[in-house]
Amino acid sequence: MSATREAGGIGTGGPGTGGAKTEGRVVYRRPQLLSNPTSYCPGCGHGIVHRLVAEVLEELDLGGRTILVGSVGCSVFAYDYLRLDALESPHGRAAAVATGVKRVRPDRIVFTYQGDGDLAAIGTAEIVHAAARGERFTTIFVNNGIYGMTGGQMAPTTLPGQKTSSSLKGRDVGTTGYPLPVTEMLSLLPGVQYAARVSVADPGHVGKARQAIKRAFEVQIEEKGFSIVEVLSTCPVGWNMTPSQAMERLATEVTAAYPVGTFVDRSRGIAPALPQPGGPHRSITEGF
Amino acid sequence: MAVLDQPGAETLPHLVASPPGTGGEASPLPDRVLMKGNEAIAEAAIAAGCDAYFGYPITPQAELLEWMARRMPEEGRTYVQAESELGAINMALGAAAVGARVLVSSSSPGISLMAEAMSYMAGSRLPMVLVNVMRGGPGLGSIGAAQGDYLQATKGHGHGDYRVPVLAPSSIAEAIELVGDAFVLAERYRTPVILLADGILGQAMEPVKPDFRSVERLPAPDWVLEGAAGRDPRAIKSLDLRPEDLERHNLVLQAVYAEITAREQRWAGESLDGAEVVVVAYGTAARIARTAVERAREGGLRAGLFRPITLWPFPAQALRDAARDARAVLSVEMSAGQMVEDVRLSIEGAVPVYHHGRMGGMVPTPDEVVDAMRRAWSTSDGGAS
Repeated sequence: MSATREAGGIGTGGPGTGGAKTEGRVVYRRPQLLSNPTSYCPGCGHGIVHRLVAEVLEELDLGGRTILVGSVGCSVFAYDYLRLDALESPHGRAAAVATGVKRVRPDRIVFTYQGDGDLAAIGTAEIVHAAARGERFTTIFVNNGIYGMTGGQMAPTTLPGQKTSSSLKGRDVGTTGYPLPVTEMLSLLPGVQYAARVSVADPGHVGKARQAIKRAFEVQIEEKGFSIVEVLSTCPVGWNMTPSQAMERLATEVTAAYPVGTFVDRSRGIAPALPQPGGPHRSITEGF
Repeated sequence: MAVLDQPGAETLPHLVASPPGTGGEASPLPDRVLMKGNEAIAEAAIAAGCDAYFGYPITPQAELLEWMARRMPEEGRTYVQAESELGAINMALGAAAVGARVLVSSSSPGISLMAEAMSYMAGSRLPMVLVNVMRGGPGLGSIGAAQGDYLQATKGHGHGDYRVPVLAPSSIAEAIELVGDAFVLAERYRTPVILLADGILGQAMEPVKPDFRSVERLPAPDWVLEGAAGRDPRAIKSLDLRPEDLERHNLVLQAVYAEITAREQRWAGESLDGAEVVVVAYGTAARIARTAVERAREGGLRAGLFRPITLWPFPAQALRDAARDARAVLSVEMSAGQMVEDVRLSIEGAVPVYHHGRMGGMVPTPDEVVDAMRRAWSTSDGGAS
């Protein structure tokens, strides 16, 4: 989606130009791991995230030994768009399914691809405990703050005041609580080796999202623990917006509520500061 | 019968690393060791070549998980204590999809939680063996032995049109044998299989031969996920939004179930020749029924025992044949009367069918079963045949 990549044009320096003297520089080539055109709505971020995953797996030459663990939601058909061996999971259970896959085949690259309804609501136990165990797989967590496939209902990630088909007057935190900051929560767990939140709001963020996804798979290769990339994304239909309005909201309101960045990269010394004995928090005796 | 009657080609005895009571020195092997049912089932699964076990603690099957926690790592195999029964069964789903021979165990409330993934595994045609050490219900119920999950195991469990073979041992020695059969059935037909035990079978200790059987591996199947290097990608799934395609998939499943029904019914009969009262019972209830049949015969009542070993497929024709000349049929269960529905469907009204059951972890005594047999005998006129 990056402007520079598109400007390069497809085929520049690609196969078939060999023999010619032109030293064309490849600025974009569609990943071979992408297959069919997707059926996602115009302006949906899933297509971008699929491409980024495909690009990264291709760059790292992992496609032939990667197993995709799908989930339930709009991305349920990911196996139709990514040329990877793939497995379906019951709603929310992808992290448990991936645990079974990776434990039996630790020599394979395993990742789950889950939305926020799937991961942050019905699948919270599975993702928390897979992360706590430090399972050696990667989770691509696409957060658009809504249940897209079922018609745009409120999700645990829906922002306060946001109107959805099941919060018609806007999410009321008094009765429905507050958005769940999944990646921040998981960052506290020592089993989490890498955790980042990124966005697909504009070409710059897409580039950073690609870097984070690449780093997550590298961390999986290092076999030290769990890695997760939360990708903030859009749902123009569910948000009742045009694609460009949705991208604008993603870049502003959504990113303000969900800060992007690398939260954990333990082998590079990035980890959240946890309360330590003698630390700045008040002890129970002081507190009372 | 075909599959179940064929032992694995390589039937090398599997040596128990440290049989209970032998202090870890396994040589020479004793003829018999005393083993708890849960532990015997676990060790039988290891001998059968179980690659991966996933579980969650619940009484009365916890010793099975504990045994696996110790033994699977010893064997260099996969063991995970999951965060819930949902976690355990879905880990099994993942492990099965990459070709592992998988065992999961739980007890009634935990089995209910597993219904969703069982449906997915049936729809995705993934093999797995699930042990249910039944306890009293409904709800949290009790931790006593019960058979209230018969309908759950044989009729539904999860959503959608599917069945899974259900094997019901009535002794620990038979449980060991059926664990191997369960893996054979699971892989031959690409289906989950349930081993339906109960709290007494799980908790009791009985002498068993410590040479558990191994189960031969089929050639590597062409559906296993391993990464798509050098070939087209594979997808293991149950989703198909086109009704025509999903019906076609269902027809394939139904054809498999028809084949299982035709080939894999298994049962045992005792004293059935000339029996006027045929008692039908499985599992622990069959142990009690056997004693009751002996006492009834001592008292002059010609009674016999028909013991289904496969609860699905239910051995309907065999039961019909066994009861042809009987005056009454009595289903004895540790439930309010669940299997009796299959007994009635099998008998098709030819002979009156009665039920005697206890619930909530209560176990019928042989004498009350004898009384029930006598009542069944005297209530039926017997003149029709």
